[in-house]
Amino acid sequence: MRKVKLSAVIDHGVLILGSLFMMLPLLMLLQMTTIPDTEIIRTGPSLTVGDQFDDNFNKAMFEASGFSGENTGLSMLKNSFILGIGFAVGKIVIGMMAAYAIVYFRLRFATFAFWLIFTTLLLPLEVRILPSYEVVQWLGMLNTYQGLIIPLIASATATFFFRQFFRSVPEELVEAARIDGAGPVKFFIDILVPLSRTMIAAMFIIMFVYGWNQYLWPTMITTDEDMYTLVRGIKQIVQVLEGAVVPEFGRSNVLALIAVIPPVLVVVFFQSWFVKGLTESDK
Amino acid sequence: MAQVTFDTIGKTYPNGFEALKPTSFGIEPGEFAVLVGPSGCGKSTLLRMVAGLEEITSGELSIAGRVVNDVDPADRDIAMVFQNYALYPHMTVRRNIGYGLKNRGTSKQEIAAKVDEAASLLNLRDYLDRKPSQLSGGQRQRVAMGRAIVRDPALFLFDEPLSNLDAKLRNQMRIEIKALQRRLGVTSIYVTHDQVEAMTMADRIIVMNEGRIEQIGTPSEVYHSPATEFVASFMGAPPMNLMPAELDGGQVRLFGATIGETTHTGDVRAGVRPEDFLPDPEGTLMMNVEIIEELGAHRLLHGTLGDTSVTVQVNNENGAGVGPIKLSIKPGAACLFDRKSGQRL
Amino acid sequence: MKRAGFDTLSLPVLLLLPQLVIIAVFFYWPTIVALQSSFYLQDPFGFGSTFVGLQNYADLFSSREYRKIAWFTVTFSILVTFFSLAIALVLAVKADKVLRGAKTYRTLLMWVYAVAPPVAGFIAVIMFNQSWGPLTEFFGLFGHTYMVGVNFNDTAFAMILASVWKQVPVNFIFFLSGLQSIPRSVREAAMIDNRSATSRFWDVTFPLLAPTGFFLLIINITYSLFDTFGIVDTVVKGEPGNNPMTLVYKVYVDGFRGNDLGGSSAQSVILMVLVLALTIFQFRLIERRIHYT
Repeated sequence: MRKVKLSAVIDHGVLILGSLFMMLPLLMLLQMTTIPDTEIIRTGPSLTVGDQFDDNFNKAMFEASGFSGENTGLSMLKNSFILGIGFAVGKIVIGMMAAYAIVYFRLRFATFAFWLIFTTLLLPLEVRILPSYEVVQWLGMLNTYQGLIIPLIASATATFFFRQFFRSVPEELVEAARIDGAGPVKFFIDILVPLSRTMIAAMFIIMFVYGWNQYLWPTMITTDEDMYTLVRGIKQIVQVLEGAVVPEFGRSNVLALIAVIPPVLVVVFFQSWFVKGLTESDK
Repeated sequence: MAQVTFDTIGKTYPNGFEALKPTSFGIEPGEFAVLVGPSGCGKSTLLRMVAGLEEITSGELSIAGRVVNDVDPADRDIAMVFQNYALYPHMTVRRNIGYGLKNRGTSKQEIAAKVDEAASLLNLRDYLDRKPSQLSGGQRQRVAMGRAIVRDPALFLFDEPLSNLDAKLRNQMRIEIKALQRRLGVTSIYVTHDQVEAMTMADRIIVMNEGRIEQIGTPSEVYHSPATEFVASFMGAPPMNLMPAELDGGQVRLFGATIGETTHTGDVRAGVRPEDFLPDPEGTLMMNVEIIEELGAHRLLHGTLGDTSVTVQVNNENGAGVGPIKLSIKPGAACLFDRKSGQRL
Repeated sequence: MKRAGFDTLSLPVLLLLPQLVIIAVFFYWPTIVALQSSFYLQDPFGFGSTFVGLQNYADLFSSREYRKIAWFTVTFSILVTFFSLAIALVLAVKADKVLRGAKTYRTLLMWVYAVAPPVAGFIAVIMFNQSWGPLTEFFGLFGHTYMVGVNFNDTAFAMILASVWKQVPVNFIFFLSGLQSIPRSVREAAMIDNRSATSRFWDVTFPLLAPTGFFLLIINITYSLFDTFGIVDTVVKGEPGNNPMTLVYKVYVDGFRGNDLGGSSAQSVILMVLVLALTIFQFRLIERRIHYT
């Protein structure tokens, strides 16, 4: 018989405990979407799996909550995707362009531009949230996707990340390309962008999750219910639950789950890229 | 085939550092010229100036009679092989080799034909659809060569192309590159810090040190008649032995033995190659051997002559052992240098 | 700059332009406005503002409420940082050690990274539901009637628990990657030099992880200060009242709900100084870290 080491048992025990700590809250949420709300009010979450999921799912996805009747789960899901993808793509495109200009061109004001851009790393949006709101209001961008996305892009994380990466690309590559007759545009499109594929993927995952999970900014910028994202909608869910006679836990939990599932799937499926992007972005 | 002319070419960086002192020389059509020197001597800067990757701050550079100071690298009719090969990692071997042609607007059929031709020349036919990461070091080296060849350039530039290979492969590629250059007859400038590479490959060697050219000459000239003490000690392994000599009324004496004549006055050093010492029972030089290095075909004796450490190369049949040994110097083999300037007398 | 960069002028300017315009409009402008309005007293009905110098700051520092919130924020940050780092370190060390199922554990332990903070807060609200929340029942076993949103400490605990839960995965990922980047040869040398696994951990692994740990320390403090906004807001159900809140939440409450623009801006500026100090500290650490490797 194989000898089972005590230390291995402890290791696995700790890891299983940790995994449960992480998993249980979500499993509880899931269980509550399958039982009638009346049962929740009586007993709360339990170990039985009910048959109400379809019903709750339909309510959450296609029936409007709130006042204007426009923020169904589906419309919030759409808005979340627009925010997540719009933010990620915008940030990557703008960041790559700026990083390319800084690393690959002889520019007299490159150092100045560099500092101008990288100062933005020092202060998060939260410390200038009110004036930012006023600027967006002044520009007439409240309740628009531009107003939602562009101010969030005003931080140089992606630029910094791509700058680091471009600097690690061997010098000789651009020299070889120049001898091969590639100008700056050709070099960028033919060589640098294809070379950055993994980095772009990693950045995309991190930025998508970051954009999707934005809360404070959408809470301020979107007051029209048809502009709500799922994460923004959580605020409303909590308030509605508070005031209701028979709180619709089933439906709100489905919404919370839908708010969680897309970014979680992205992170789980593209784990290696995501981890690489995350751990290398600080160097 | 093109002639390359350097007319008082110099390089001073914006921070004032003078990487290359103004210098003039020419490289003949079809010649294989090797720039050799220790790191930081300016050899790579010089090469990169020829490639157009480094700005020329003074003087005029012409390739095939055309002044190219302000010509873009792509339009200089050159090809370059880099130390780390600089292959495009995301492109197949075929696309790597053809990329420069594609950018020139060469037709697809012509690119395909030229890539095939270069691939057969370099034994790369079976690897055309692989990515650089799937190739060995030697194969990558060949792809880099292929990329240079398809352009049919007037001038090949090599920037330490063999230094990333292991010793055995290096010897093999050395011969391949030389043979290829012979066959194609393209003027070439080759940068290396390895004096063996310089000796074995060059038609002419250009020895550089601290931004200066110390000597230009055939391998034999550079080896046997070094222009300066630097060249004497840089070329050849083990290097030339440099020893203090005395002047006695026009006679040059080394530890009492007369080795030549000069009209020079001032301190003088004598340089003798390790193989130019001969074990000689009649010899007047008394060396004290401390260590013997067995190298198969010959032996190296390390020890002292007077107060100076010297290395002597002797034949295998010579049964020299540790302890004193009498030596003489091959007639005419000793070089004399001015102690102060390091210049050969 | 690459030594053989391109010399064109118009292209790089064009490339930089979008980034520069966006940060000018949405970073520099708001930041300057925040700095400026922190010296002004805004009329509550919107009829202009008067310059009051440092009055807004003086009011803040003399406000008992603000001091209380600042104190809570510090306690909150320390607890969240400590527990999420400690739990993550233990899990990372174990996950690095086990041979079977390492990948599964890794996935199970990191997916929460993708959960939005307000959802974490929402889950906490459910778990601490007054009448049937599983954690409320658990505390009931010890005779404690748990009341989120009513009892200050109960609410604070729920916030901390949710914040730790949400932050463990990031720390876990960094610690694990830090552990995996310790060269095999170093571990093998340590195994030859020292037979006790525990002292090997403290003598070799832990010091080698220290740079990662310092870096994470800053990340976690920043997280506790700013990114927990969503958790705080959902746990207090948007009703600050007497509930615990963090400094960032107070900026939002005063500025957005209370229309005290000057006071809120002064608070923003205080936070800016705090973050600036943290970030500069972090950059210096990163510099040190490069020397370490």
